[in-house]
Amino acid sequence: MSTLTAAIESVQAAGNKAFVPYIMAGDGGLQTLRPTILRLQQIGVTAIEVGIPFTDPVADGPTIEEAGYRALKHGVTLRTVLAELASFRDDITVPLVAMTYLNPILAYGAEAFAKDAKAAGIEGIIVPDMPLEESDIIHGALRNEQVDLIQLVSLTSSPERIAKLTAASEGFVYAVTVNGITGARQAFQDELEQHFKQLATYTKTPILAGFGISTPEHVQTLGAMSSGVIVGSKIVDALTRDDWASIEALVAATKTVQQ
Amino acid sequence: MTATDKKGYYGRFGGQFVPETLMTALQELEDAYEVAKNDDAFQEELAYYLREYVGRATPLYYAEGLTKELGGAKIYLKREDLNHTGAHKINNAIGQALLAKRMGKKKIVAETGAGQHGVATATACALLNLECVVFMGAEDVRRQQLNVFRMELLGTKVVPVEKGSATLKDAVNEALRYWVTHIDDTHYILGSALGPHPFPLIVRDFQRIIGDETKAQMLEKENRLPNAVVACIGGGSNAIGMFYPFVDDAEVAMYGVEAAGHGVDTNKHAAAIHDGKIGVLHGALMYLMQDDNGFIQEAHSISAGLDYPGVGPEHCYLADIGRVQYPHITDAEALEGVKLLCKTEGILPALESAHAIAYVSKLAKQYKEDDIIVVCLSGRGDKDVHTLIDALGGSQS
Repeated sequence: MSTLTAAIESVQAAGNKAFVPYIMAGDGGLQTLRPTILRLQQIGVTAIEVGIPFTDPVADGPTIEEAGYRALKHGVTLRTVLAELASFRDDITVPLVAMTYLNPILAYGAEAFAKDAKAAGIEGIIVPDMPLEESDIIHGALRNEQVDLIQLVSLTSSPERIAKLTAASEGFVYAVTVNGITGARQAFQDELEQHFKQLATYTKTPILAGFGISTPEHVQTLGAMSSGVIVGSKIVDALTRDDWASIEALVAATKTVQQ
Repeated sequence: MTATDKKGYYGRFGGQFVPETLMTALQELEDAYEVAKNDDAFQEELAYYLREYVGRATPLYYAEGLTKELGGAKIYLKREDLNHTGAHKINNAIGQALLAKRMGKKKIVAETGAGQHGVATATACALLNLECVVFMGAEDVRRQQLNVFRMELLGTKVVPVEKGSATLKDAVNEALRYWVTHIDDTHYILGSALGPHPFPLIVRDFQRIIGDETKAQMLEKENRLPNAVVACIGGGSNAIGMFYPFVDDAEVAMYGVEAAGHGVDTNKHAAAIHDGKIGVLHGALMYLMQDDNGFIQEAHSISAGLDYPGVGPEHCYLADIGRVQYPHITDAEALEGVKLLCKTEGILPALESAHAIAYVSKLAKQYKEDDIIVVCLSGRGDKDVHTLIDALGGSQS
């Protein structure tokens, strides 16, 4: 079984929900990556999504976009992130998921990327500008190294697409809970509950909710509908302020979700 | 979904590299366009506006003064500069705005570089009563104040983009973000033969009227096809419009002129095909200027409309199979092209189109006097006067 799936299922077996924070690698300099990952592990996250900065991050909202530009100013690249992760691979105890736009992978070379990613503790990848139809451009290389390719399902995906996306997704299914880019939102649409019920009829793979989750209440609401949550912009924002109390409150919320 | 579900490929280029949230919208657009394309009522409506409002057909003008000055092939100019709003961009803007109305969309989002596509889109939206927001790099807003003011007069909201290099590529990023978040009621009018399928196809279809008219006019005037056609290339919309109807006419040579900026051996140019690296940006696999890390490089051209690091996928394919040649022209050569056309023909070309003029000034002598070359004069240069004053100095004697 996929390492990611197993990690999420073991959290659920204990009666809790998965919590996956997103961090922008190298925001504040590449030397921040190790202490950030180790502390997140310590406070009980299920997995960690590691964002790779890119010059043209069209799927990201302002918070993550700005974090990416800051990381770029520190000279952070896909190559330096993988090397840094590999340097403390033995200390990494949760599965990592890399989120990167496609072009840096193509420039790296898909085979070399998959190999180096696996060696760096990356068990799955999310490529926000590569829909399922185009995924064969890197999928073979990922499969050879047993790196999961995670599919996003959006609120606009048709039932036919949802069926295919959920069947194809490896590790977990990433359910986008707003129409739009990453970033904090105030409210959630009413149809979400129905949407998650429908998703669950298609697949046994765990479904994680992401985009726009920014408060412990969001974590509980979305957690009740899914196998767990991914929190991005809120974490990135909290890390820039060294506000670990907020992050711990979000993690704690996954342990009090009403089933 | 497998490789067989891939769509919109031109050889190894193109595709649909977009977030999942856009995939359904792209399918809807493809379906709506397919129906519209085959609907006589839609085609008649489009033809009506192109004729009565845009002023088509544009002339195919024999440039006798330029021909004599260059001393080689007979030069004809396809006068897209005489369209309403001053460039070929209106052909696509009207077409896509009509399509958006058919799809029940009430709002339009667009990007613009030089402002020509922004003005064309703002114009089409004013005409057809659509709400319009245009994203424009803050750097371009400064360079093209005149067009910003025109768009605002037309009732469009112009949003300056300060991010990244604050030019066209960043404006496309913001337009894509806006579209993703307003997908229910908004259509994105992409201005060049770029982006995810079906955009390169739709833009080419709405621009092919340039080449279709040229072909018919050439047969009428000279009873033969030209030996060569020349057009400038940023994303490549005027060029694909001119080239497409001639692709199967093997005797017609084709030249797409890229912007070499300060020179292709510097890091300040926009000649993506010349650079030869392939990558993914804004929804398509294409020739793309990038560094070894896959980060997109900033393009440079004196012409804001050519200042883009990629090039439309169909051009990449035509380059690959050798059907079209893609030479390049520097900023300095383009400025000479502006002066040349002003002096020999009394026509002020857009800086974009001046790249094609500059190239034909090299090409003409390689052809015989009874050969014919058609240049696509994609736009007029009124918008560039400030840039020209800065580049050439205030007093031209």
